[in-house]
Amino acid sequence: MDPLFLLGAASAAQTPPLVDALWVLLLGSLLGLELIGKVPPTLHTPLMSGANAISGITMLAALTAIIKANGNTPLLILGSVSLGFALFNVIGGFLVTDRMLAMFSRKPARKENR
Amino acid sequence: MDILKYAIDLVAVLLLALGIKGLSKVRSAREANQLAAVAMALAVVGLLFNYLGAPGFTAQAWIWIIGGTLVGGVLGAITAQRVPMTSMPETVALFNGCGGMSSLLVALAAALFPGTLDDGTLVAIISIVISVFVGAITFTGSIVAMAKLQGWLSTPSWMQSKLRHLVNIALAVVCLVAAIKLIATEGNSQEALWLLVIASGLLGIGVTLPIGGADMPVVISLLNSYSGVAAAAAGFVVGSQLLIVAGAMVGAAGLILTQVMCNGMNRSLVSVLFGGALGASAAAGGGGGEYTNITSCSVEECALTLEAAERVVIVPGYGLAVAQAQHTLREVTRSLEAAGIEAAYAIHPVAGRMPGHMNVLLAEADVPYEQLKEMDVINPEFPATDVVLVLGANDVVNPQAKTDPNSPLYGMPVLDVQQARTVFVVKRGMSAGYSGIKNDLFELANTSMVFGDAKKVLGDLLGELKELGVGKK
Repeated sequence: MDPLFLLGAASAAQTPPLVDALWVLLLGSLLGLELIGKVPPTLHTPLMSGANAISGITMLAALTAIIKANGNTPLLILGSVSLGFALFNVIGGFLVTDRMLAMFSRKPARKENR
Repeated sequence: MDILKYAIDLVAVLLLALGIKGLSKVRSAREANQLAAVAMALAVVGLLFNYLGAPGFTAQAWIWIIGGTLVGGVLGAITAQRVPMTSMPETVALFNGCGGMSSLLVALAAALFPGTLDDGTLVAIISIVISVFVGAITFTGSIVAMAKLQGWLSTPSWMQSKLRHLVNIALAVVCLVAAIKLIATEGNSQEALWLLVIASGLLGIGVTLPIGGADMPVVISLLNSYSGVAAAAAGFVVGSQLLIVAGAMVGAAGLILTQVMCNGMNRSLVSVLFGGALGASAAAGGGGGEYTNITSCSVEECALTLEAAERVVIVPGYGLAVAQAQHTLREVTRSLEAAGIEAAYAIHPVAGRMPGHMNVLLAEADVPYEQLKEMDVINPEFPATDVVLVLGANDVVNPQAKTDPNSPLYGMPVLDVQQARTVFVVKRGMSAGYSGIKNDLFELANTSMVFGDAKKVLGDLLGELKELGVGKK
């Protein structure tokens, strides 16, 4: 029997077919390895903090939960709290990374002004 | 307009990838970070657009969306603006933990209300299990890491014994059993769900708590990777390819960074996670012993030597960050530069508390970027250096790493400061570095110890240099 049939991939309305999703996972991972493998040590802390902000992408899942709640209050609360946590991560992460990087980029500019 | 939704998602992924790529160059890093932020905003717009007109997308839903956004966003913004640069590892840990919590809550929502978020297939249930497990570990692990770095928590003594391995294995078994039960019941066993949440959370605490403070950045980096995995798992739950891609990229990033940190400290990830504090094994493994033949000198002598130097290299370390002395250090180098003395900073890959953390701290103190030299660049320059000033660094300047094959440090990349004419080591006392290993550098004839807190010593040094008229013309 086709194992994918067991996994319900054929009838999936919301979950993407498993194989497609696994391809996405695989290529995403490879892309991440390739993009990040070449970063100088100087930028590791900002990179870690920036990547961390991106992991707050779960806010999309939280938004989906709120919209699909259809007025179900416990689900609305769960989704909203999840959204709050995710946005804390996203907004805080990007801003703190920007603060760090602003210090790097400030220096050459100042020198030119002199 | 499905096509538009897919197009928005694709553009968002492209911008995210470009953002991460841009973060790898100093010149483009800031714009890249902003690009990634735009990509995230675009992804949200795309999602909202996609659900426009959906039955559940009501005014009530908007209220919950705006409420969650405001609370999380405002708190995040305030935190990001207020934290001092020295607390960066804690801050990343806190943000990271919240990301894990978010994935955990979404997976919980999917499990508690089957059929609303997921389609109830085996894949969805397995994804829920992974998201709950990894999300809970990320959350509790990150919070413990933050609390330990802040000094709010210390490791209880039983946690340092072998007993902790038994406890953690037991917790892992409970997680596995709960996960199997949950999958076997097609996600309908609430007991198994809560058991999984609790056991995973406790496992996160149990694994993180025994890890020493110096190893914590490695753990934070690993947990950062986990939060990506949790996000990708949540992507499988709600069927979002964008989530899967972004989560996978972050997961890969965290792994690479973790490996880099481990290499810099000459430790394997396994020994960081399961080995406990390095000190215990170092004592047995040789390389220890008492110090003999230590030369110490006053700040005044140090200032006199600096005045006569032509080229000075500063080796900043964790102790400098703790003492918050980077601004005073900048004052000292300013007066040296004004006197025509060449100054550079030797940055070991793991200087500070995370790779690159020292660069951030020195940038905050206005140190020109060009003066920060990486290890491979500065090492050949030490023989032509008159004075090296080691500030709160220890293991990264231990020559044992190159000379003593029996030393636990052997093989770790180090800065060859002993090749300079004179080395001053500013240190509070003769205590060992976090590795607990004796530093042969301190006994060398050309090394002098200057005892005291880094900030106070640098302050005194600045005063002495002024008295000598260095940098005042």
